[in-house]
Parts: sequence; C-alpha cells; structure tokens
Amino acid sequence: MSDIILETRGLTKHYGGVHALDDANFTLRAGEHVAVVGDNGAGKSTFVRQITAVEQRTAGKVFFDGQDVSFAGPLQAREAGIETVFQTLALADDLDVPSNLFLGRELYKLRLGPFSILDRKTMRERTLEALKTTAVKIPNVDNPIRNMSGGQRQCVSIARTAAFASKLVIMDEPTAALGVQETAQVENIIRGLKERGVPLILVSHNLRQVFDLVDRIVVFRRGRIVASLRRDETDGNDIVSYITGVKGSEGAAA
Amino acid sequence: MTEPTHGLGGLKYDPTKKARPQEFNVFIAFVIIVVVFELLGRLIIGESFLFNTREGTEGLFNTQRLSIIILQVATVGIIALGVTQVIITGGIDLSSGSIVGATAMVAMSFAQTALVNGNPNPKAIFGEWAMDLPVLLPILIGLCVGMLAGLINGALIAYTKIPPFIATLGMMVSARGFARWWSTGNPISFPTESYNAIGTGMRPVIVFIALAVLFHLIMTYTRYGKHSYAIGSNEQATRMSGINVDRHKVLVYVIAGMLASIAAIVVSSKGQTAQANMGVMYELDAIAMAVIGGISLQGGRGSIVGTVIGALIFGVIISGFTFLKLDAYYQEMVKGVIIISAVVLDQWRQKGRARS
Repeated sequence: MSDIILETRGLTKHYGGVHALDDANFTLRAGEHVAVVGDNGAGKSTFVRQITAVEQRTAGKVFFDGQDVSFAGPLQAREAGIETVFQTLALADDLDVPSNLFLGRELYKLRLGPFSILDRKTMRERTLEALKTTAVKIPNVDNPIRNMSGGQRQCVSIARTAAFASKLVIMDEPTAALGVQETAQVENIIRGLKERGVPLILVSHNLRQVFDLVDRIVVFRRGRIVASLRRDETDGNDIVSYITGVKGSEGAAA
Repeated sequence: MTEPTHGLGGLKYDPTKKARPQEFNVFIAFVIIVVVFELLGRLIIGESFLFNTREGTEGLFNTQRLSIIILQVATVGIIALGVTQVIITGGIDLSSGSIVGATAMVAMSFAQTALVNGNPNPKAIFGEWAMDLPVLLPILIGLCVGMLAGLINGALIAYTKIPPFIATLGMMVSARGFARWWSTGNPISFPTESYNAIGTGMRPVIVFIALAVLFHLIMTYTRYGKHSYAIGSNEQATRMSGINVDRHKVLVYVIAGMLASIAAIVVSSKGQTAQANMGVMYELDAIAMAVIGGISLQGGRGSIVGTVIGALIFGVIISGFTFLKLDAYYQEMVKGVIIISAVVLDQWRQKGRARS
C-alpha cells in the first residue's frame, strides 16, 4: 500500500544480553498520529532510537516512504524527512530563537563559503511566523535560550521540529517536564500537525494526552509490541491492562 | 478561552527591560579602572594619568601615554582575537605564544637584507637567494607557518578527539622547539626596509583595530560566527543539526594560528629581529584579555568587542603600574588577581541571572 509512511519489520535491539526491543512490527500511515505507550523500560525509547538511527538496530528492517532505509545516523534520518524532538533538548543555549530554529539550515544574503553572510531579518520573520502557526508564545525571540524557562525551551524545540516537519515527526515525551499551560501549548502544536496532515509518533506516559490527541495507540511491554488499538475502540483501563501485562501477554502484531 | 497574553506559567515580560550586553559591564569596569589610576596618580605622585598636564604641549589628553598603552597591547591583542574565537567554540589555545616564536624565526629568515652597512649580513640564515625578497613573501611564508600549526591543532582536536588543552600544549612545546632548532638558537636580524616598515609607529595598532573590526563582523554576521557560538553552546546539538563540527573546529584553529602569525610578523618587524623565545607567555596574556573581556571558558559566550576592551583594561593596568612607579613585581601579582576577579565576577553574574 502506498500510503504507508513508516513500517518496521522484525525490528530488534539487544544491549548485550538485554532484549530491549524484540521483533517490533509497526506501520504508520499518511497523516496518522500514533502514540507509543508502555511502562519504563518497555522499549519505547529504544524503538524510537532505532528509527531515528541514534542507535543501530540488531536486526529487522525499516521502510520509510516506501524505501528500505538504513540511516547511518540521526542526521541522515533528518535529511530524509524524519524530525525528532528528543528527551534531551537539542538546543544551543547561547543562541537566540531564530538562530536555534535555523541552526544548520541558515538563510544567507551572500554565499561566501564558511563566511556566508546570514540573512538575519528573514530568519527572524520566518521564526515569528513559525511560532505563530504553531501557537508558541515566546516573549522575546532575540534573547538567548539560556534565559528561558524549561517549558519555553521545549516549545522552541518543538516549534523547530514542527516548522520544518516534512514527512514524519517523532516526539519522545515532549511534555514530561512541562507545566499545565506549557503542556497545553505543546498539545496545540500537535493538533496543528494533524491539521497539516503530518504524521506523528508520540511517546508519552500521559494517557489523558494520548486519548486526546492520537488516532491509534501502540502498547509496548518488555521490549515487545503487545497491542495496537484504535482510540475509539479502547479506553484507559484497557490500555493500562496491556501496559501492566494483565492483557495481551501472548503478543500482538501492530 | 482567553488568549494568554505573554507567557507561560503567568510570567510577565516587559519588553522595555532588555538585558544590557555583557560588553557594557566590561566597559564600565574599564572606565572605573582608568578613573582609579587617575585618582591614585593625583593623590600619590601628583600627576594626571589621562590628561595632558605638561607645560608647553598641546592637547587635552596625554596622547603619548595613551598611544603607548594601546601599542603595548596591540600585538598580544591580535592573538587574543584568535584565542577568543577558539574559546567561544569551547576550546583553548596554549600554542599561540610559541607560534609567534616559530613564525618570527621563519618569516625573518626570508626578510633579511643582503648588505648591512656595505658588509654581508652577519646574521644571514640562507644564501643570496633568500635576500632582499619582496616583503609579501616573508609575510605569506609566516602566515603559512601559523596556519599549518593551527591546522595540526585543529585536526588533532577534531579528528582524534584529544582535549584542546593537551593538543595545543603539545604544539606549544613543539613549536617552541622548532623555533630554537630553526637557527640553532641564534637570533635572526637585519630585515629589509619594507619588512621593518610593518611594525613602525602606530601601524601595529592599525593592524589590530582592522583585524578586530573584521572578526567582529565575521563573528556577528556570518555562518562562521553563528556556528562557533553554537558549537561552544551545545556541540552535540550542533552536530545533530547537520553542521560539520569537525571541519569548523579545524578552521577556527587555523584562523587562530594565522592571527598568531600576524602578531609574530608585527612584533619581529617592530623589534627588527627574531628570537626563538619571542612570544613566551603571550598565550596566557591573550587568554587573560579574553577572560577580562567577559568570555566564558565553557564556550558559547564572549565577543570580539569584549576582548578588545579586555585588552585595553590589560594595557591600562600595566601602564598604570609603571605610571605609579610601582615595581614590576606588583604588576605581575595584580595581573593574576585581576584575571581571577574577572572570572569570579562573571560567575556571580551568571548565578544572579539564573536565579532571577
């Protein structure tokens, strides 16, 4: 089928003797938002790290956009169109918001190799636009990120991802350290992605959030995918029983 | 639902209250130090530090003293420009003083005149072929020495992941050894007229200011500057953003080496001689200037403007002590105290900012 954006077949990762991820079969369709849930150590982050090529998988295949891919690193994954918000922030603290948003994809007035002259005005304008479309409120974009709260920084990080999102966005617990209002902002950004038809993999512990936002919920347990349920065909209790292993210990294909 | 006005978590933001640039604080420190010397001068020895008090001379300021101050710091200031860039990327360069020695020796050997007062040059290193060459040649050869040393520094740091402190410490020792080996420890003298001309009068100051302006523009408006700050801020994030961090680091060290070479050409021209131990301790003075100018040794923060003011503070302190007729021993001791105070003050300010 041509509307499959991402597919993993038998994706496996062992750390020495630890089977962090075992035979994960997963598909993501165009425009679909999928949540990945599970207890700590269930293999959610490991799963994400194999897709974004932060780590190299032990076995299995990843198909992205119809191609059998094997990225050498997160950079190649990003160039292919997978934008990721990592648990650890990937921002340069001493730079302002536009510089962070455009880090590595700066716009230039004049190209002179390494001494190319930056087009700061356009980058600033586009930053304001991007923050507007993603509904992120940053009081002063010209301040270094260092002086901002954790929530604001996370919003910059997410706005950066959302602004350049092309084919797939992955967020690994984007609201883990955020306050109520900041969490609401991040959720708005996610809704914006849905409207724009950008597919999303959301790793989250927050079931309320998951049920609010996504189309489908994939449950990890002990390194395996134990359930893949449409949001309207399940409920919180159901998900919890999969997470804790009351249900679905026989394993299921996603 | 009401539109949240600003901010997150109810934080209010006042756009009229913009943080002062750090350079402003450094400049205030500079002014205070000048005023202190002015007052001390009037109190202790009854002379003015800043103003012209001599009978029969024109002008409001004591231009002679002021030009000595800036001339004194111009050479090391040129090095400090490169050191500033290195520290902004989170590195350190201990080799610049030795690069000065090595470059001075090599450049001077290609800048010699054939005849000194009608006799053959007594300090000749090479034969006739290396005599009376056009001045551009020793300059270019000199720049190559520094850039090569910087290339080795940068390549070691970027590709073998040796800490910058160790890599440049090795270069510091080796480049000094090279400078001594070059003429088996003998000084090289009697350069051509045109080579001599480089360092005469206030020209070192012009070179320093021109380079400071150039690198200020580069650090502020170009990709090179932006990526330097990014690497110093968060190297991992910069790498993940698709920036070739390793190549960038090599370039930064090459530029630092080149600037050390320019300083070497200026200083050897000014002294009309090159000696193997030229530039000893310059690297530490240059780092001190950058630190006084508000740079963070963790990288990511600091600026060319700050370093230039840092260099001026450095110069004022040295001249100020001479002016007050205090022993050179005090100079050195107080220099150390000032460097440490600059860092302590910076850390206090950082902490204050983090709390607010």
